[in-house]
Parts: sequence; C-alpha cells; structure tokens
Amino acid sequence: MTGSWPMWEVFVRARRGVDHVHFGSVHAADGESALQAARDLFTRRQEGVSIWVVRSSDVVASDPDDEAELFEPAADKDYRFPTHYELPAEVDHM
Amino acid sequence: MTGPDLLPSLQPSLQPSLLTHLLRQGDRALVLAQRLGQVITHAPELEEDMAIANISLDLIGQARHLYTYAGEVEGLGHDENHFAYWRSAEEFLNPQLVEQPNGDFAVTIVRQFFHDAYALHYWESMEASSDATLAALAARARKETAFHLRHSQGWVVRLGDGTDESHRRAQLAIDSLWRFTSDLASIPDETELHDSGVVPDSEVGERWRDTVVAALADATLDIPASTSTSTGTSTGAGTDMASSGWQGHHSSHLGPLLEELQALTRAHPGAEW
Repeated sequence: MTGSWPMWEVFVRARRGVDHVHFGSVHAADGESALQAARDLFTRRQEGVSIWVVRSSDVVASDPDDEAELFEPAADKDYRFPTHYELPAEVDHM
Repeated sequence: MTGPDLLPSLQPSLQPSLLTHLLRQGDRALVLAQRLGQVITHAPELEEDMAIANISLDLIGQARHLYTYAGEVEGLGHDENHFAYWRSAEEFLNPQLVEQPNGDFAVTIVRQFFHDAYALHYWESMEASSDATLAALAARARKETAFHLRHSQGWVVRLGDGTDESHRRAQLAIDSLWRFTSDLASIPDETELHDSGVVPDSEVGERWRDTVVAALADATLDIPASTSTSTGTSTGAGTDMASSGWQGHHSSHLGPLLEELQALTRAHPGAEW
C-alpha cells in the first residue's frame, strides 16, 4: 500500500517571529490529512507553533545537473561579499 | 482495613456513584486504547499508524488519570493498575461500542468517530464539573479529544464522500456499529451526579446525536432507519438499559481483549521494568 497517497513537504515554525523551516515529508490523502500527520510526526515535543504543508509535486526544484551554470559562476565574484567594507566603529554586530 | 478512607472534599453520599462514573469513563478510554493498539502496523499508511498510536496513547493517559482518581475516591488504597489489570470483563463498565473488533479501516474509523463525538461533548461539559479534579482533567482531555474527532470525522467524510467502494464500506461500518451507539445516548443511574453538578450536563447524548447527524449528512452516509429511535431523545423507556455496557453487560469481544491486556501482569504480579 505504501506510495498510494501523494507526498507532502512539511514546514514548521518553531516559535513566533522565526521562519517556517523544512522538517521533512509525509504521505497523506489530502492537505488536511497531511497537516494532521505532520502534527503527529514533527511536533510531538512542542517543536512548533505553526505548520505548512505543500504537495511535493508542486515544488519546482533545481536540477543537480545544472549546478555548474547555476551556482559556480558566483564562486569568483568576491565583490558580492561585504568583506571589503570598513565598518564604522559604532556598528557592533554585522 | 476497616473501611474506605473517604476524601474529605467528597460528599459521602456521592462516593459510590462517582466511583462508578470514573470507572465507566476510564474503562471507555482504556478498552478503546487497547483496540487501537491492535491496529498499529495494519493501517493503510505509516502516517495513519502514527495517528492511531497517538490517539491510543492519549486515551491511555486519560484512563490513567481517571483510574488514579477512582482509587482515591474508592479509598481502599488501589492504584491505577488495579483497575486496569485486576478486574474481570463483567466488572468493566465501558460502552459496548469500544470493545467491538477493528474490522476494516472503515469500521475502525466509524467506531472512532462515534466514540470521539461522544468523548468531546463529555469532556466539554465536564470542564464545568463541581469536582475540581475532574474539571482539571477535562480541560486537558478536551483538547486531545478535539484533535481525535477532527481526525476521525475527517476520515468519515473522506470515506463516505470518496469512491463507491469507500462509501459502501463506510455505510456497512455504520450499519454494523449503529446498535452499539445506544450506550452513548445516555448513562443510567447518574441522577445524583447531575443534581450535585459533578456531571453537570445530562444531555451529552443529544449533543452526540446532533454532531453525528451533521457529519453523516456531510459524508453522504445514512443513519440506519430501523434503529435510529434507540439513540434519540428518548425518555429512557425505549432504551434497553439491561444490555448497557455502562452496567457491565458486554459482547463476547471484551473477554479476549482483556485477556491480552492483562496476561503479562497476571503472570508476573508486581513485576517492574
């Protein structure tokens, strides 16, 4: 029977003010059911205050084979990093 | 021991009926928890196994609190384990619905829905109990039970309003379990507890029926016509109290369930981890 229900990606917000973070995935017949399964699996120990579920097939993902053209061009562009800025003394944390 | 050591906070005349009430509700939770334990690894998906296991554990937690309090009310030094492991089937006071076998997934879900609708209205009403221990327990159990009902009611609608096969199976489950719901319509012999405010709501059965009627309509499922009056707002004259699980009358399914539940404790009395 495994695999007969679609997969859903689960995002949990640990506490107010922080972002939802990807926690894992569940099988479920529909969104409400996925939400309940996610609650049972990922918030048993008070890990969250909010849950999002997204149908896995609705996620548009980058292809690992495209790594060279998507990500490697950023490797030699160190001017995109703020390392060359002189920070004013008043700025304690950056 | 000379006699029961009564709780100072308890009106002595209420002691026997409160003890019976606690055992009825504790047995309801424990017997269903045990049944649900037998479903684990047999649900349609791993996620549903998890959901059912969680519900079972919540029910065990509720039973433990009810039994522990029953021991205090009884005043004979019994702990929760005594009530769970050392009583026979005829001493159990659960409604017959919860001892019924798991059947297919539709039977497990319909049984759970009938139960959860009852349990939610029960705990909601018990938050206003004049008994502080029960009111505190109700505040916690209501939240757990609301989630259980959301799960089981969602599935009843999904099955009933799903495919032809799921609808057929859901309707068969309702037809086969309906006669056991008469226990949920009313509990006999609790007038004293209603009058004293310990069990403030004597109309949980009516609320149960409203919830069930609405959900089954939503699920495009039918209430069996032939027996529908037995759970209605009857005066009690038409209901068959002699066969009520709350009175200790049970189907043949409870004995084997308890045997499995109690075997280890009885083979090794007093054993600990």
